[in-house]
Amino acid sequence: MEAYLDNSATTMVFDSVKDIMVRTMTTDFGNPSSLHTKGMEAERYVKTAREAVARQLKAEEKEIVFTSGGTEANNMALIGAALANRRRGNHVITTGIEHASVLSPVRFLEEQGFRVTYLPVDERGVVRMDALEEALDEETILVSVMYVNNEIGSVQPVAEIARRVHEKNPEILFHVDAIQAFGKYVIRPKREGIDLLSVSGHKIHGPKGSGFLYIRDRAKVRPLILGGGQQKGMRSGTENVPGIAGLGEAVTEIYRNHEERTEALYRRKERFAEGLSRMEDVRINGPRGREGAPHIVSASFAGIRAEVMLHALEDAGVYVSSGSACSSQHNKSYSATLTGIGLAKELLDCTVRFSFSIFTTEEEIDYALEVLGRLVPALRKYRRN
Amino acid sequence: MQFQAFLVKYAEIGVKGNNRGMFEDALLRQIRHALRPVEGKFQVLKTSGRIYVQAESAFDYEEAVGALKRVFGVSAVCPLKQVEDRGPEDLYRQVVSYMDQVYENKNLTFKVECRRARKNYPLHSQELNAKLGEVILDAFPEIRVDVHHPDVLLRVEIREKINLYSEEIPGPGGMPVGTNGKAMLLLSGGIDSPVAGYRIAKRGVKIDAVYFHAPPYTSERAKQKVVDLARLVARYSGPIALHVVNFTDVQLYIYDKCPHDQLTIIMRRYMMKIAEHIAKETDCLGLITGESIGQVASQTMQSLAVTNEVCTLPVYRPLIGMDKQEIVELSQEIGTFETSIQPFEDCCTIFVAKHPVTRPTLKSIQKSEARLDSHMEELVETAIATAERIWVE
Repeated sequence: MEAYLDNSATTMVFDSVKDIMVRTMTTDFGNPSSLHTKGMEAERYVKTAREAVARQLKAEEKEIVFTSGGTEANNMALIGAALANRRRGNHVITTGIEHASVLSPVRFLEEQGFRVTYLPVDERGVVRMDALEEALDEETILVSVMYVNNEIGSVQPVAEIARRVHEKNPEILFHVDAIQAFGKYVIRPKREGIDLLSVSGHKIHGPKGSGFLYIRDRAKVRPLILGGGQQKGMRSGTENVPGIAGLGEAVTEIYRNHEERTEALYRRKERFAEGLSRMEDVRINGPRGREGAPHIVSASFAGIRAEVMLHALEDAGVYVSSGSACSSQHNKSYSATLTGIGLAKELLDCTVRFSFSIFTTEEEIDYALEVLGRLVPALRKYRRN
Repeated sequence: MQFQAFLVKYAEIGVKGNNRGMFEDALLRQIRHALRPVEGKFQVLKTSGRIYVQAESAFDYEEAVGALKRVFGVSAVCPLKQVEDRGPEDLYRQVVSYMDQVYENKNLTFKVECRRARKNYPLHSQELNAKLGEVILDAFPEIRVDVHHPDVLLRVEIREKINLYSEEIPGPGGMPVGTNGKAMLLLSGGIDSPVAGYRIAKRGVKIDAVYFHAPPYTSERAKQKVVDLARLVARYSGPIALHVVNFTDVQLYIYDKCPHDQLTIIMRRYMMKIAEHIAKETDCLGLITGESIGQVASQTMQSLAVTNEVCTLPVYRPLIGMDKQEIVELSQEIGTFETSIQPFEDCCTIFVAKHPVTRPTLKSIQKSEARLDSHMEELVETAIATAERIWVE
């Protein structure tokens, strides 16, 4: 038996996503910029995808820019918006628990002379509002906060943050990295006061190498990738038609029966968390139950190094991440999220993330719990001295 | 100028008496092997005691030189211009054109050195030296002769054809792999062991390797890293049979039964035992390790003595007297460093004690090992029997 519990790293594509991608690579392989019918056919796929995204966000089609994924969307949002609005001020606010694809561009901005404030989080991993209020000033041009934290599944009150930001100054752009949230929550940027929103395709059963940035029509963003002027000059380069078509299809699919699916996802998460809490010396990190995202459980197993746990689980066909997948291979320093919520030092290295998708079954949950029940005592027996 | 041929010079194998033919054949084989992945078609020939590589198609010069420079036994690679013998007048023109094409800046000193392997050539070597020097001086006004320390030593060899060359690209030296038997390298993911394998292969020894894998404590990526390292060593040593031994159960059993400050040393004794067993089964004549005196607790003189005790095959430790920095430099030179420093845990460090013994005595270790009963033997047998063999080239 296998249990793929690493859906925050990536997901399997929907069948319909695969089908539409195959079509755009075989029969309908044209370049949307070509003037002939092959080109028009390809353009239609891009248009359909754009409509699907706009419909889901209740946004305008012109507000959607397709990118190579979440990282590019975040880069474009932060660097593009900061550069375009430099004349209004040079202060940027973000949080201490952002993904590297936000933190690295923010550090780049610091190098370019922007002043950056990193907001702290409380023990549930939620941004402290008082710190936000304190940080906002006349110079602030951009605030960037992630919707769902990729490591512990904490959910930020984005609408509340947007309200406070825009109360201070309606000109400030509010960016939301929704890479772990899109598909799990219904997001309407205008209703919530979001100016920029990043989404990745492969976290919602779409293809890798696809994503988009929503840019509210009033928001000024400087394009970063220059060239032939595709996508109204906002993102040059021949459109990744298979990726975009697949993404559009995934966006439509992921929100089908949304409420039922979310309910089912929560039930599985709760079942898993309950199982974990019956084990000895296991700590569940971040928000409990429905306060957190429906698909992420972060747990620390005292005395067992996460990497060892991961490989032992893998041996039994259970796939998980240690910490956050993006940082676990390249970065040996401790996770800012886990330290940010005040996790004890000896547990930092013992933290595993389990993440579910709408395809995760109850059997998989039970199997993973059964394997853990077996492994935890066995692995604790052998420790580094 | 686009060279179409190379003269391959070799050093030590020239002095090996009756074995010379065998050494040369091994060198030819290794050169052909090294050129196989290079873009282009080559012929490798041995004629009257010299080895030539001739390109038979367009080829990637840098890549070809890079490959030849890695072949053990090669002392130098000389890019060569070969011309037909159409008499001295034609040779003068060829020599001038060679100098013109190879040296853009003529502000240099030179000397011509001729050799006649064919004594029927109308001019003697001395006469030719003088004559060729003269035509070169006439052709290029800035150029000067220096017979003692010339910038350019132009060699002209009158053979079947006439060879012109003046550049010598140093090779690694050593002896061609396959002329000195085979040894088993204990390959970890670290910096030292690939360098140790390189050093022994340089003496003409064919290499096989054994790696101890300890899932789930070490990952598939750690194993992939070792395969990658073996591949880098194989660029010099030729194909390597890599034996991957699952060592987890042996290690955990030692953990269960023995004092924890002795874990590493006992573990290393079992690694040596298993490596030696596989070595003997595969006709290896020795073991190779990357140990260097005093580098870590398990490499003190006392530890090495205790580890060594389990083997009957000789254990070659080519890095034994080197400092870490020297080893690092060598690994950078041979191109294994970047791969070695990828941060994956290897099985030597997973249970390492805070204060491992640094001066173990054979007696105390044997006493601890006595607690490992026949179950240990079964575990060792299973580890050997289930070893995976990966062919790396």
